[in-house]
Amino acid sequence: MSLTHDARVPVRTASGVQRPALRGWPEIDNPAAWIVAIVLLIMPLIANGFFLIEIFATTLILGTIALSLMFLAGYGGMVSLMQLTVAGFAAYMVAVFGTSDNANISLGWPWWLAVPMALALATAFGSLGGALAVRTEGIYTIMITLAIGAAFYYFTNQNWAIFNGHTGINNVGTPRFWGVNWRADIPFYYIVLGVAALCYFAVEYISRAPFGLALQGVRDNPRRMAALGFNVNAHRVAAYAFASFVAALAGVLQVWNYRQISPGSVSVGACIDILIIAIVGGITRPIGPYIGALIFVLLRTFALDFLVKIGLDGNRFRLLIGLGFLAIVFWSSDGVIGLWQRWRERLSTPRSSGGRGHG
Amino acid sequence: MTRFVERHPAWALIVIIAIALALWLIFAVWPPGLEEAIGRKRVFLNAVFNGITLGGLYFLVASGFTLIFGLMRNVNLAHGSLYLFGGYVGYAISASTGSWILSFIIAFILTALVGILLQVIVFRRMEGQDLRQTMVTIGLSIVFADLMLWAAGGDFYQIPTPSWLIGPIELPLITALKSSGEPVYLRYPLVRLVIFAASVVIGIAMWLALNRTRIGMIIRAGVDDRDILAATGVRIQVVFVLVFALGAGLAGIAGVVGGTFQSLSPGEDIRFLLASLVVVIVGGMGSIPGAALGALIIGLAEQLGSVYIPTYAIVVTFLIMVLVLALRPQGLLARR
Repeated sequence: MSLTHDARVPVRTASGVQRPALRGWPEIDNPAAWIVAIVLLIMPLIANGFFLIEIFATTLILGTIALSLMFLAGYGGMVSLMQLTVAGFAAYMVAVFGTSDNANISLGWPWWLAVPMALALATAFGSLGGALAVRTEGIYTIMITLAIGAAFYYFTNQNWAIFNGHTGINNVGTPRFWGVNWRADIPFYYIVLGVAALCYFAVEYISRAPFGLALQGVRDNPRRMAALGFNVNAHRVAAYAFASFVAALAGVLQVWNYRQISPGSVSVGACIDILIIAIVGGITRPIGPYIGALIFVLLRTFALDFLVKIGLDGNRFRLLIGLGFLAIVFWSSDGVIGLWQRWRERLSTPRSSGGRGHG
Repeated sequence: MTRFVERHPAWALIVIIAIALALWLIFAVWPPGLEEAIGRKRVFLNAVFNGITLGGLYFLVASGFTLIFGLMRNVNLAHGSLYLFGGYVGYAISASTGSWILSFIIAFILTALVGILLQVIVFRRMEGQDLRQTMVTIGLSIVFADLMLWAAGGDFYQIPTPSWLIGPIELPLITALKSSGEPVYLRYPLVRLVIFAASVVIGIAMWLALNRTRIGMIIRAGVDDRDILAATGVRIQVVFVLVFALGAGLAGIAGVVGGTFQSLSPGEDIRFLLASLVVVIVGGMGSIPGAALGALIIGLAEQLGSVYIPTYAIVVTFLIMVLVLALRPQGLLARR
């Protein structure tokens, strides 16, 4: 029992108590949020194709996968390392049911049939994995979900009938309708932005809905929630199902983005990257994963040049990521948003603590 | 044992039948119909022996993992890195001195030192924060993996088998009968048998040390309730450091073993981390006999799976884990 207690995240526990104080809409009174939203909307005017897709769309996709982890870890107290696996599963399913170069594998369904199928299967897959993981608690969850992720990786490597072994599936078809090629830079960016915004607000909404509050109750004290008549495991599995759906959406976008999927995309390292993104950004609020993803993508893209410029070996990108992650874990359990919040609080110490609230 | 039979007569019967069937498959001369159905006996016996010896290797890796977890509640996800580190050290020593035995000793000492440093510098500072410790081990495994990639490159290394262990040995197990009625015996690499025997010896030594010595008593008490143990005046930090050193050192030894009968390359750390995770989930966290049983099951499943259903071998391993989680979430031999 004490394990879940350790796994919970300290901030935001008050949100259930102060129900009347909760805002109807998140961040609606926050000018910074409006500025960010407007900048994201007019991004195609500012950024060129490279920045639009390689930086911002990739950030939003990775951020959405990490968002599903944040939802489980922050509100459910379950650190699941298989969110990327669920996304990768959805991506594989899009490739298998849709069109690709591997005609012997792909069934050639149109995208509007293949995508719902992929989403449904990936959600089912994630829920089943979750149903397994909730049989144990706390740090065991990490181990089981890591084992699931690693098993999936090795399975895709070994299996040629469905997953085409280590070469993966190439040239996956992307949607074209209404005369628009939706994989062209600007339409694709808006699709990604739309899905990311949808997921973000869905997580925000659920965190304040009865289900989300019950889930946070389960995180903080499963025994008491069980005594109150809540079905603890059902809430947890439902949380996995929702998070799997979010991750699956991002997985579909990911396979459209790269147009190919291979075991390398679902490797254990990539699963851990998602955890790093969520932790570095902060797993107490839905915005954290996106900030973490932006940092991660910027580092991944520019670390090589930067390291070479200051006279180091450019291949040590992962070392940099690992050390950065260690530093965050050591000094800020709340990620970058935690650092930012503390910095702001130090600037405005005289202000009463109720002013900023908790979300 | 008798209690288990009394409480679960049906399960006991199934287990006894399974063991009898396995023994018959191993020792009997197969009738021709069976050979037609599932292939030659030699293939089967080789897979079984590979599975058992692989299980020995898994046991070496997983026992350290489970020992550290049992006492310190620390899921050391950098355990695979310690394995790979031990392997590289062993390779360097055996390449420079030519001594296989020496490479074990040095690998044990150096990985144990790394373990001590980890415990003293990192984990002591965040005691009782399970999740944070686990996160730190994830970060460390990334850093270690990259440092080792930096130092050793992406090549494959194999530690040479010493000359006195090279070559197969004939075992008194009949694989087939020649048409003249003369039995054909199984030939199996000596080095793998020696390594398996060594891991059994290490396992028994660990069991004896845990169950028959004073320090073992302290460790077992710590597994049950470390706060009370600390309150009785035991210097628990010293015990922690000792156990961490032992667990890490075992991973280092396992690295040399793995480098001898498989190979070392980046990515092996993850493979063996996964193996120890599955082994301890199946066997039961924190239990040494559980690690032994889990290692045997997983090793056999992996090897038999890769012989008889090649593209789904990993699924067998995984299904075993799922089955155990569904029926007995705490693992086969855990108390709790």
